[in-house]
Amino acid sequence: MHKSFIFHNPSVLWFLLALALFTMAVTVLSEAFGVGLVSTSFVKTLGKTLCLCLIAIAMDVVWGYCGILSLGHFAFFGTGGYAIGMWLMYARTEGIVAASLEGQAIPPTPQEISDAIGTQIFGVVGSSEFPAIWAFADSLVLQLLMVVLVPGLLALVFGWLAFRSRVTGVYLSILTQAMTLALSLYLFQNDSGLRGNNGLSGLQNIPGFEDTSQATISMVFFLVSAIALAAGYVLFAWVMSGKMGSVVQGIRDNEARVRFLGYHVESYKLFVFTLTAVIAGIAGALYYPQAGIINPAEIAPIASIYLAVWVAIGGRGRLYGAVIGAAFVSLLSSWFTGGGAPAINLGFYTIQWTDWWLVLLGVSFVCVTLFFPKGIGGLFDYLVRKPS
Amino acid sequence: MHAIREAVLLLSLLCLSVMPAYAQSDAPLQTILQTHADEVAKPGRRSVSVVLDDLDASGLPNVLPFLEAWQEKRIWQREADGVFFLAEEDDDDLNLRDIDTGAEDTALKDGFSQVKPNGGVRRVIATALVKFQLTDPDLDRRSTAVAAIARRPDANQLEPLLASVDREVDAALKARKVQLANFLSARFADSTEDRIAAIESLSSDTSIEARAVLNQILETTSGVAAERPDVNIARILTPGTDLSVADAYAQLVDAELAPAATPSTVIRAALEANITNGSVAGIPTAELDNDAARERAYAALATDGLVPPLVTSSEQSKAADAAVFYEAYKEKDAAITDVAARVLEEVEARVAFAQTVDLGLDALSLASIYFLAAIGLAITFGVMGVINMAHGEFIMMGAYTGYVIQLFVPDYTLSILIALPTAFAITFAAGVTMERLVIRHLYHRPLETLLATFGISIALQQLAKNIFGTQARPLTSPAWLDGAWVISDVIQISYIRIAIFVLALIFLVLILYVLKRTRLGLEVRAVTQNPGMAASMGINPDKINMLTFGLGSGIAGIAGVAIGLYAKVTSEMGADYIVQSFMTVVVGGVGNVWGTLAGASLIGFLQKGIEWFNPSNTLAAQTYMVLFIILFIQFRPKGIVALKGRAAAD
Repeated sequence: MHKSFIFHNPSVLWFLLALALFTMAVTVLSEAFGVGLVSTSFVKTLGKTLCLCLIAIAMDVVWGYCGILSLGHFAFFGTGGYAIGMWLMYARTEGIVAASLEGQAIPPTPQEISDAIGTQIFGVVGSSEFPAIWAFADSLVLQLLMVVLVPGLLALVFGWLAFRSRVTGVYLSILTQAMTLALSLYLFQNDSGLRGNNGLSGLQNIPGFEDTSQATISMVFFLVSAIALAAGYVLFAWVMSGKMGSVVQGIRDNEARVRFLGYHVESYKLFVFTLTAVIAGIAGALYYPQAGIINPAEIAPIASIYLAVWVAIGGRGRLYGAVIGAAFVSLLSSWFTGGGAPAINLGFYTIQWTDWWLVLLGVSFVCVTLFFPKGIGGLFDYLVRKPS
Repeated sequence: MHAIREAVLLLSLLCLSVMPAYAQSDAPLQTILQTHADEVAKPGRRSVSVVLDDLDASGLPNVLPFLEAWQEKRIWQREADGVFFLAEEDDDDLNLRDIDTGAEDTALKDGFSQVKPNGGVRRVIATALVKFQLTDPDLDRRSTAVAAIARRPDANQLEPLLASVDREVDAALKARKVQLANFLSARFADSTEDRIAAIESLSSDTSIEARAVLNQILETTSGVAAERPDVNIARILTPGTDLSVADAYAQLVDAELAPAATPSTVIRAALEANITNGSVAGIPTAELDNDAARERAYAALATDGLVPPLVTSSEQSKAADAAVFYEAYKEKDAAITDVAARVLEEVEARVAFAQTVDLGLDALSLASIYFLAAIGLAITFGVMGVINMAHGEFIMMGAYTGYVIQLFVPDYTLSILIALPTAFAITFAAGVTMERLVIRHLYHRPLETLLATFGISIALQQLAKNIFGTQARPLTSPAWLDGAWVISDVIQISYIRIAIFVLALIFLVLILYVLKRTRLGLEVRAVTQNPGMAASMGINPDKINMLTFGLGSGIAGIAGVAIGLYAKVTSEMGADYIVQSFMTVVVGGVGNVWGTLAGASLIGFLQKGIEWFNPSNTLAAQTYMVLFIILFIQFRPKGIVALKGRAAAD
């Protein structure tokens, strides 16, 4: 079974090979494990980009394969990040508090320790009580479970409500957008229990590895992200290659016809929606320790729309297209907005790319939609077809 | 020169001092003042009232200017004979004026001393002045006096106020005086009957002032006692439900009815202070990491007399239960507070009703904004099945058009009149261009239209940022739109909101007319229902699509001008409205003006309603609203007004 799946999808092998080569190259060039040509901050950028690629293939499956234009997948990405962020922040603060209470004449009571941690974490929003959602924050295992469960359940409930009432097309897109908007607005409140617009911070410090250098930590995260991307890629390629994949693509092309053939369309859609949400949550859980901070602005509707932009530019309906789109656009974006691109002097006006990058992106996005609906990934078709 | 003047002065002084009879007949005010010379020169808060009573009794016309001058420290006393003058300082000289005759004179400052009443006295004088001012022939002065009383109500103003009511000729001021007299007698009248009558009369008054009067009568102080005290008790508080046990016990401690509590921090500090050889009262410090062990150690210390006794939480709640916590009215008479409480309840019921009306007006204006913002979107979505993500940017474009026109046309009324059609024209052109260049090619791919228009949206937004900068630009409304229509203290609505409501109404009628009564509308409706059939009847769907898109965008431009008038114009303003507009369209149903109206009303009223429940948190309001809409879609997936029959097919 497995063999035949790879045999039918040579692109999976090519992708894994490329990813492995890329990972090895970065490892060899890194500060931690190699010659030190690639800076730690760039390793972090690359690691984060790999996580974005992971959520991009999830988006590709839900949109490119199943035809659901979800404008809310960053909500799942964010909840995954918040779930792991709660443990990171709690465990780290616990360490700091324990160290500060060490020297006192009388050992602290458990209540005093928890009060001190609460004050440390929630002082910025004028509170010191632990909200109920932090009940499992002291356990890494449980919070890792949350990374999967929270986005999964959210997607399950939302998807069940939406699909059973046959909300489709643009309506569904708007509804998913409303969901992520509602979530981010909720998190923006100070009494949401997740520090309001301050978000969770200091996530780059991994509890238990205080003595390990950031260079090593970021390299480890980079490698884990690469493995996660590879695993996610193989998983999606496998799911989409079988009969299940055919039904899902059938739903994309003509939902009514698939339903008339006797398939329970809603279940398939719900499965795809939930699975991709879980993968998005995992991607988020890997992304935010590398970013160091998560706040509600990250899951504003615009983020999910950018996700759709990456997938569209990269090429829908092919997983490598999504990877290319996410990597290409996000790296290009940070190059342009980070001031990396040289300003162009037109004589009468100087084009500063920090100002004009979004205009360029918007226009090129329109052009891609109009003229290259297959995106960058579509170029590979020419490569493959040429010999024949 | 000086010598002569001094000689003249001396002479006149001599005249005055030797001829009191002259003063008595021709200078009645000076005479009264001279009888109280000490009190006038150095008035005390108590002694001054004697002078004021005499002045009042005299009924002289020049008492008022004297009191004013006295209050403003413009009275000087000649040291030689103690005569008082009205005087203005002029470097070293004084311009004197006789208090009775008004005869003017100049003298050196030396030899005179200024009468400087202190702050307390000046207030007493001011109160006395009120009486004169209340009956002053000048309307402005009377109004000022009434306003002064309203600002600082006082028991002894009641009498002069009541006295002045009958003689008042101005109807409005008379009504105000009666109202104010009511407020004053509710609080300060002598007899209980008068006060109760006054309080009763307040029941129909929903103004903030009337409520303040009632609240002042019902002012309470909280207290604690071992037994129920004999005061006018407002209510008895039960520890645990009305106030926390810890707070209750703290009150007991403050009232010295209980020994000080020993909270965990105190216990901890006491233990730390009593560590001997690594243990406290025989318990090793390492074992003191829980509250039970700490309390045991503290109790042991207490038996040794080293620390105050431990007050456990059960003892605290027992003590709190035994005591009586109460809120008592400052007003002693229970009859008055009973009536006031009942009247306040009635008034607040009226106020609540008025607030509901006010909230309804707010919601209505919000709904009209959403309607304006969403109707264009609804038309394009309904006719073409196209979601225009750049709709918000058309709103922004309209607002910036208004801003730019105001740069060139300084007259605000004129500039708004120019801006409305110009904004329509510009966004109409932009819409048609966009339709021709982009959307036309994507008709069979609606999801991709969504993305392409999103691309246009981010490009336009950034473009606006590059041109106009990130800071908000003002779009000033004409002066006749400033201010608000005040119906009562509670119900008021700003003119801009009324204008937006009227604009929305105009557009509702206009769009309904175009769609139902014109050839274009007929064709638009035909294309909405079945483009293929419409085409076979000789309608050019391409042209209709283009015009519809232009129309939708043009209305967005006008909405932009309207929104810009009361909100700031920024490059992100479109994004603020786009999601709400989508919600409006989705909730209302596609392709129907009434649906959009229903959607906008539902969302507007819902948002205001939720904000009313939780006024401090508008973010939560938006969250709940979005959740509601997600649930709403469950029950009416096609919106409130859904198309029926074949037209409803996707």
